[in-house]
Amino acid sequence: MPLIKDNELVPDPWVTLGDDEALPEGAPAIVSFERWQSEREALLQRNAPLGIRLRSDQPPKLVLDDLDRFAVVALEFPRFGDGRAYSYARLLRERYGYRGELRAVGNVLRDQALFMLRCGFDAFELAEDSALEGWRESLAEISVFFQPTADGRSPAHALRARRNGHGAIAPRAEESDDDGPIAAASAAPAAAETPGLSAAREPITAH
Amino acid sequence: MYRYDEFDRTLVLERVAQFRGQVARRLSGELTEDEFRPLRLMNGLYLQLHAYMLRVAIPYGTLSARQMRKLADIARRYDRGYGHFTTRQNIQYNWPKLEEIPDLLADLAEVEMHAIQTSGNSFRNVTADHFAGVAADEIEDPRIYAEIIRQWSSLHPEFSFLPRKFKVAVTATVHDRAAVRFHDIGLHMRRNEAGEPGFEVLVGGGLGRTPMIGKTIRAFLPTRHLLSYLEAIMRVYNQLGRRDNLFKARIKILVHELGAEAFTEMVEEEWGYIKETGVELPAEEFERIQAYFAPPPYEALPTQNREFEVRRFEDRDFAGWLRSNVSAHKMPGYAIVSISLKPEGGVPGDLTAEQMDAVADLAERYSFGEIRVSHEQNLLLADVKLADLFELWQELGGLDLATPNIGLISDIIACPGLDYCNLANARSIPVAQQISRRFAELTRQGDVGDIKLKISGCINACGHHHVGNIGILGLDKKGEEYYQITLGGNADENAAIGKIVGPAFPYDEVVDAVETIVDTYLDVRQNGEKFSETFARVGITPFKEKLYAAH
Repeated sequence: MPLIKDNELVPDPWVTLGDDEALPEGAPAIVSFERWQSEREALLQRNAPLGIRLRSDQPPKLVLDDLDRFAVVALEFPRFGDGRAYSYARLLRERYGYRGELRAVGNVLRDQALFMLRCGFDAFELAEDSALEGWRESLAEISVFFQPTADGRSPAHALRARRNGHGAIAPRAEESDDDGPIAAASAAPAAAETPGLSAAREPITAH
Repeated sequence: MYRYDEFDRTLVLERVAQFRGQVARRLSGELTEDEFRPLRLMNGLYLQLHAYMLRVAIPYGTLSARQMRKLADIARRYDRGYGHFTTRQNIQYNWPKLEEIPDLLADLAEVEMHAIQTSGNSFRNVTADHFAGVAADEIEDPRIYAEIIRQWSSLHPEFSFLPRKFKVAVTATVHDRAAVRFHDIGLHMRRNEAGEPGFEVLVGGGLGRTPMIGKTIRAFLPTRHLLSYLEAIMRVYNQLGRRDNLFKARIKILVHELGAEAFTEMVEEEWGYIKETGVELPAEEFERIQAYFAPPPYEALPTQNREFEVRRFEDRDFAGWLRSNVSAHKMPGYAIVSISLKPEGGVPGDLTAEQMDAVADLAERYSFGEIRVSHEQNLLLADVKLADLFELWQELGGLDLATPNIGLISDIIACPGLDYCNLANARSIPVAQQISRRFAELTRQGDVGDIKLKISGCINACGHHHVGNIGILGLDKKGEEYYQITLGGNADENAAIGKIVGPAFPYDEVVDAVETIVDTYLDVRQNGEKFSETFARVGITPFKEKLYAAH
């Protein structure tokens, strides 16, 4: 399945294991929550990175105490309209302090791309017929945002404040509040923010 | 009213371009109708019985004259010369062609309008009291908060795929004209003991097949915490709302199943984490938005106007219109004018393009260029001088827009029904038309007084029949249209869900049944009681007896 990270198709070093499949020797593997529960010790003793895949009815709170053991958390989108994982993603990034790869899997379509990115996903397993071109296009479709979220992009009101001289210029990666030094009073917000183009995203950690 | 700056404008233009791309993918066959469906529903586009229907957002029901002219222009260019104002203060076009929708949206964007989140399982257009800014006892203009919520909820990355649609209403006076108790979230502005403004937060109200009155989950929320509190509610709902059954997916079911207390605890816990994390607007942004809702430049006028009083005394028809369609304004010398979109035998909420243009002109001449849409599917000119009322009334009369029936029995809320909607079981519009003809004689209507009559063509209750003093619900019985009648519903601060009076009536008998109910009320009412007061006193029995006596 095509994997997109930082706007590029990349090879996927991870194997997603069925619950009956044997553990591969020394290779990175993503397992289900059920398998993690039943084979926890064996999985921890392997000498290879571990990932976990959660269904949309399995909130990450279930593995809160073990989050630092996972290099990948894969959240499932069983269908376009099931939006639970958007909340899970924000919680992982903004509350639980998870900094590993956050992967969207399942019915992942270009029309969800920007929403996912904004909630903190940084890896996307596309449903097979989706193409990279369309994905990139979708990420560039909207450049103005009203909500501060895990991706750290400035909401419109912060850009307004900066335009009006209430704030100040800050390097992109540090734009986590409204008080940075002023950017040039850019006419179009599109110029102030370049969505989706692999900006250095710092996950915001709270508590 | 709120005006876009380059940020708002960029967002709406980008959304138009994005949707243009999605339509192109549908037209090219890259997307199947099944795949396109959720995308078009995120932008107000339904597929109805005969054609696509586009619902355009009118945030909290406020329009400029310029916007109204554009709506007229769109009605002529893309539709059949009219539009339909809805119970959520929006406007619908029933006949646009799919390939023309992107251009239609681009035209709308020229006047700072859009169709974002007017359908689908999203955070819908926020509604507000249609007397916002002009009611004497108002704490603050509720549209300030409705606009803040509109912006925050627009393309919200976390809450764009909710279990079900989500509706919020805001009001800021004691008397609730916005039906906040029947919304997913109702915000009723109050003052605390220190005199500071805040909101009573009600959650889990709604109509549909399981009507429920919202529960107060917080008696007082300081206004500065509004967005973080909403975010907390939405986060709980987005994770726990049912996704296994469409009919149990609204937040009212979650609140009901968990219990209001447990639900409140979850919200409060979530809120504890996020209330200080920067979700709220900074003070200068709040003030920027607030400034757009500053009162218009009113003239200092005397409370009375002699010429107006003379006209009122001399012209009975004018006096009748004043009684039903004109309300007291907070400023001396001004009045609030309701324009009824319920002419005798007409389609509730419909307005032709010519009427839209004319209303836009009248708004500019008499009411600072602003028009309101009420959730009862009427229009308002909210700031008219007493001295102008007679002239305005005459002009409205010439447009067939001076029907003096606001609040009366022919001021009916009706859904589009089987004439347009593929969910409907029965027609709504013809029933409304027949009732308005039956009660056309205005002296009689005036004598009957305030009655809210509401008609839905199916159990989804778009016509709000549950909260009608008289509610009519269309049913399908073996291929025949039947109508179930409920009595005693109420949408305001005395919220009540109507009680079923008995077996349903066939199409040919439903208007007679309504008349029997009204006659019964007139028989039993005491000194000037409103219908709802009489009903509270005598209950359903006298009505039941009269209605089914012959059967």
